[in-house]
Amino acid sequence: MNTPTDHPTRRVSVIVNGTLFLREVECRKHLVDFLRDDCGMKGSHLGCEHGVCGACTVRLDGRIVRGCLVLAAMADGHSVETVETPAPSPRLRALQDAFIEHNALQCGYCTPGMLMAVLDLVERRPQANREQVREWISGNYCRCTGYHAIVDAVCAVLDQQRAGRFAANAVEARA
Amino acid sequence: MKSPVFDYVRATSPQHVFKLLERHGDDARLLAGGQTLLATLNLRLSSPALLIDIGGLAGLRGISVQGGMLRIGALTTHVEIEESSQVAQHAPLLAMAAPHIAHRAIRNLGTIGGTLAYADPAAEWPACVLALGGTLVLQSSRGERRLAADDFFLGIYSTAMAADELLVAVELPCTAQGERQTFDELARRRGDYAVAGLAACARVDAHGDACRLHDVRLAFLSLGDRPQRARQAEAVLQSGPLTEARILDADAALRAELDPFADLTHSAAAKKQLAATLMRRAIKALSAPPAA
Repeated sequence: MNTPTDHPTRRVSVIVNGTLFLREVECRKHLVDFLRDDCGMKGSHLGCEHGVCGACTVRLDGRIVRGCLVLAAMADGHSVETVETPAPSPRLRALQDAFIEHNALQCGYCTPGMLMAVLDLVERRPQANREQVREWISGNYCRCTGYHAIVDAVCAVLDQQRAGRFAANAVEARA
Repeated sequence: MKSPVFDYVRATSPQHVFKLLERHGDDARLLAGGQTLLATLNLRLSSPALLIDIGGLAGLRGISVQGGMLRIGALTTHVEIEESSQVAQHAPLLAMAAPHIAHRAIRNLGTIGGTLAYADPAAEWPACVLALGGTLVLQSSRGERRLAADDFFLGIYSTAMAADELLVAVELPCTAQGERQTFDELARRRGDYAVAGLAACARVDAHGDACRLHDVRLAFLSLGDRPQRARQAEAVLQSGPLTEARILDADAALRAELDPFADLTHSAAAKKQLAATLMRRAIKALSAPPAA
């Protein structure tokens, strides 16, 4: 096959955590390299880099995606949210607190992707039970905790939500 | 790994896609949701010179019902299908299958068209479209043509699509009166590739304890080089009232007609056993009284 000898680039404009970034990027650059190298946001991690481990989970236009399976060029004109959002929602803060309280991380490498995935669960599946939590995060690998503590932390926040803790914070309608 | 170098262009219309395909031929790849293509590029399994992003083609999106057919645009994502009330009503099989596809973050971007065109024998949509007797709508600069799912899947990652064609939609007959559908798959972990899976539908005629199945369609995934119907077992199941003896005969017919591939973790014999288990579960689901 024909591989170009130069490195084609493209100008992109992406809103990341509320800030507009205009950058010239290689066409082949994926979203996480863009976030880390071009936007200086190191919160999103790369594990496997082929869509299996979930460490790169971020939000694109309000929906969680694998950051390694989206090109920066595809995100042109779109909006991205990462774990280091300057305005974390009460649910994200509660999950971060619960992760610490329940020892749901050791090395922490998977944590940003894990948090983005389970935030989506807390918002979209408020009635989720323990088994459904496990199923939801089956696409996010953790090599330290053995998952139990993570599931404990998520279930604790789901319980808090059902008890009305976030009653004043409606989940934004997402496209 | 980082993917090989490629150029990228956003297509603005189907005509634009046809022109680009004509100019670049096999050096170009169509990019829909990218959930398979970008993973394989990061693994450096191929090195196309150009990716043609068709994600912006609005005409390839959306779900509609027209004349007894459910039409799903090629760019409709797995999650959109999972959450569609029209799908739940007119093709519940798809709503049952969607949660088995990878994980939420992947289902948010992956598309039904990309899955069908890629033709991975372990994928859910090809078997579903085969079970439902679907039709694939293809366009090229030469015009539009329709292909039955039975004629579309030719082998591993291989379809009857020509190199210059674009899959624009899939059309499925809406569920008929008395028809039931069921989907199940066996995987080592939720979201993993299925070791075996089954998309099944039938028209169910139940009187008291007696039950008869008509128009049975059993489409298995992950057993061979493409999704495959079990026509012998189907024939046995619809040859008379559903009795334990008939189910045993269907089981024997299924085991005789299947010739599954072994994979890294399962022998051909194990896959055959799992397929027979899935068929028994499917018969139970199809013949069970409808939930009140």
